[in-house]
Amino acid sequence: MLNNIENLLEKYNNGETSLKEEQQLKDYFSQDTVAPHLEMYKPMFNYFLVNHQETFTKPLPKTFGTKKVFNYKWLSVAAVAVLMVSVYFYKPFAPNELSITEAEKIEINNAKEALAIMSKHLNKGTAQVSYLNIINKAGTQVDYLKEVTNPMNRLFKKL
Amino acid sequence: MTHLEFLNIVTPFKDKVFRLAKRLLVSREEAEDATQEVLIKLWKNKAKIKEYKNVEAFSMTMTKNFCFDKLKSKQAQNLKIVHSNYQDHNVSLQRELEARDSINWVSKIMDELPEQQKMVIQLRDIEQFEFKEIAKMLEMNETAIRVALSRARKTIREKLTKTHNYGVK
Repeated sequence: MLNNIENLLEKYNNGETSLKEEQQLKDYFSQDTVAPHLEMYKPMFNYFLVNHQETFTKPLPKTFGTKKVFNYKWLSVAAVAVLMVSVYFYKPFAPNELSITEAEKIEINNAKEALAIMSKHLNKGTAQVSYLNIINKAGTQVDYLKEVTNPMNRLFKKL
Repeated sequence: MTHLEFLNIVTPFKDKVFRLAKRLLVSREEAEDATQEVLIKLWKNKAKIKEYKNVEAFSMTMTKNFCFDKLKSKQAQNLKIVHSNYQDHNVSLQRELEARDSINWVSKIMDELPEQQKMVIQLRDIEQFEFKEIAKMLEMNETAIRVALSRARKTIREKLTKTHNYGVK
């Protein structure tokens, strides 16, 4: 057995072994114990076996560089579609009343009523204050009294 | 050819392409990029794929040429390939720390080999291709491959014997 391995190694080093014989060598050197004088071969055959396990781990490219040709025809179709949709939804100068809701209408009416009540009360107030004008009138009438004092002064001068 | 059909053709050997690329470019990232490039090139030539008798061999040749171009442009730019993946081998397969150390040592020896010998070792000892297939892939004749292989194997043995005797790990 050992003799056989030695012969195979000789052939191996001359590049004369077949794949089958090389497999025999690999099997022999993957054992835990080998002949001491052949031990230096062990790491080499181990290395070959370990290296054979290494794999390409990067994911393969999905498209393999098949260039996606951008289709301008479909771009124009999309553009026309967008244009048509936008025309359909476009309404120039939409009247404002339409945008007032029912709740807002009620609120406006309430505000109107409140303002009306307020102005009514204010008018009542001014009506009451208008009596003051009569006082003014009375004041001017009282002015006649001055004329009464005039002859009196004259009388006092004479005295 | 659909995407799926293409994947079915490519999947069995994409790892081999990757490993060959890594053997030459050393850096894992660069090897991954190279593999993708090769697959994309194959996809672009998918119309011709059925004409090729051996897509696998054809892909390996493409990988080799692609990596050589890459290495040449690197040399022209005076750049050294930077890599930090001496230790990224499958850890679960390495039972002992010692074993891992010596495997790393083999990895370093392999990196020092000339490119042609690297490829021959990769294709024969790791991927286990027949000499005829390797000859096709590398565009060399079988005798030249045997010679390169023998040289590479002897170099590895010598370096390993040296370290083994010195007990240097």
